[in-house]
Amino acid sequence: MNTAAPISQSIGARTWRRFLRHKLAVTSLFVLALLISMSAAAPLVEAWLGVDAFTADLYQRLQGPSLAHPLGTDEIGRDHLTRLLYGGRVSLLVGLIAALFAAVIGTIVGILAGYFGGRLDALLMRATDSVIALPLLPLLIVLAAVDLRKLGFPAEVADSEDASLYRIIIIVSVVGWTTVARLVRAATLSMKRREFVRAAIALGARTDRILLTHILPNVVSPIVVATTLSIGNIILFESVLSFLGLGIQPPVASWGNMLSNAQDLIWTAPELATWPGLFIFVTVIAFNFLGDGLQDALDPRAGD
Amino acid sequence: MIRFLGQRLFEALAVLFLMSFAIYGLIGLMPGDPIDLMINADPKLTPDDAARLKALYGLDRPIIERYWNWLGAALGGDLSYSRVYTKPVMEILVPRLGNTALLLGVSLLISLAIAIPLGVYAALKPYSKVDYAVNMFCFAGISVPPFWLALLLILCFAVVLGWLPAGGMLTVGDGGALDRLQYMILPVLTLTIHSVGGFTRFMRASMMETLRQDYVRTARAKGLSETRVVTGHALRNALTPLVTVVALSFGGLFSGALITETMFGWRGMGKTIFDAIMGNDFNLALVGLLLATGFTLLGNFFADLCYAWLDPRVTLSENRDT
Repeated sequence: MNTAAPISQSIGARTWRRFLRHKLAVTSLFVLALLISMSAAAPLVEAWLGVDAFTADLYQRLQGPSLAHPLGTDEIGRDHLTRLLYGGRVSLLVGLIAALFAAVIGTIVGILAGYFGGRLDALLMRATDSVIALPLLPLLIVLAAVDLRKLGFPAEVADSEDASLYRIIIIVSVVGWTTVARLVRAATLSMKRREFVRAAIALGARTDRILLTHILPNVVSPIVVATTLSIGNIILFESVLSFLGLGIQPPVASWGNMLSNAQDLIWTAPELATWPGLFIFVTVIAFNFLGDGLQDALDPRAGD
Repeated sequence: MIRFLGQRLFEALAVLFLMSFAIYGLIGLMPGDPIDLMINADPKLTPDDAARLKALYGLDRPIIERYWNWLGAALGGDLSYSRVYTKPVMEILVPRLGNTALLLGVSLLISLAIAIPLGVYAALKPYSKVDYAVNMFCFAGISVPPFWLALLLILCFAVVLGWLPAGGMLTVGDGGALDRLQYMILPVLTLTIHSVGGFTRFMRASMMETLRQDYVRTARAKGLSETRVVTGHALRNALTPLVTVVALSFGGLFSGALITETMFGWRGMGKTIFDAIMGNDFNLALVGLLLATGFTLLGNFFADLCYAWLDPRVTLSENRDT
């Protein structure tokens, strides 16, 4: 791309070196890798500690930290640490999958708006602006409260644990696509005027071929940056909805719903309020730093 | 100019119209509609009775027809009653709109009072230690889950220190200005921390962009003092885009208000809407949501107005390449 760059050095290596200079982003990547692998290993930790994250034991309520329960137990005697790890599985999974869906929607909207321009562009971008500007949380709460049975789903589907997982993924994808759409549109606009695209048009290439083989691979950078930045937002939305009792339903643990009872218990067990929130906070800030670092590293205008 | 604003107003009304239909449709899909509640309240009710009741209230007709009837009544000023409060919905919502406006207004003013100087300072000394610290602070504010922040503030100032009340709006039997102020501190603090990071980052970016402009270089070349250059030339121009960002943030601010009000028991629009959705108070939820959407769209329209007024280059937003 940048013809002035030394030939001996690939674009990938240059990007990687620029990324490594962003210390916060590198630390974030490390923290996220640790969080993801610990969450993935939740059953192993559970077996190793000899505890059960999902069985209530009322004789063991609100215990302080001990060897068996490194972070103590919650209000019905479940081990707090393993629940945090299981909660991490759900929260991270929802965040990543929903961000992926959101990226697909945003990419399609952005490329179509940027490439075709005109009325379609105006319509799609006004729609994007409207979604950004709307008071999203109350609207998401309504979406989350919709009774699936009234939409014709059988009761066993509507009430199952998986349904609450799929539903929250769909709901947060609906709001997460706007950043991707805007950045991809801007990148597509500048790509459209480049010689190789105009050459492809002049050669009579079909529009779908131009979009898929010429535009899409060249707008990957903004897609990656915007998706990373939206993961944090999406995890925040998921945690708020789960906290309010409208997202992931207990007994499945998520960082948000682990805090649901924290406000009532804040006088008796303030430590319950700290850990799940801290995990959400660290995850979200790490994704934001990572996105920021990627933005700097992938910016073609930046120097070495 | 007039055409531009007219077009924007038309678009805002179209969005409001679409949203009213979507919300009307979705609210009907929530569990516990009026007939469900009657079935629960009266065990002797047969399915036939339920069907008859549905026909009586017109709930068996297609959604479009029901929406059209509702819209006609609503535009005629009849927004119906709240099921829980048994009062006309506007009678409940108007005072709460005031409470939310107070909360959002105060925290927005404080946010801007912090964000503008902080962003300008960071932009003047980019990549310095202060800039780095400001950046950390901004990221922390953007990334903290607002409900957890509220919990931590309650834990710190109400449970441990006991300085401030954990929630509510006034002490029964007192209710003076100072008393009310005490109840406002924590909710305002939550909202401010939540919104200040975004504004500061935007202010920094906008200021750095402005400082690269030719007229700033000219002003420096003329030998003006750095203070004059910054406050006289750069700041005014850097503030223009911030107006748009603030007006576009009303939707996000309102989402924050919903959480904050719910956490602190602040009787504003956000808490009212949340309680209405949870308590199957459909009319109240519907009108509350539409009011919130309407005010947000008004905020966006206001942003366009300000922008067009402040920036003479804006004519029609046909090709915004950003």
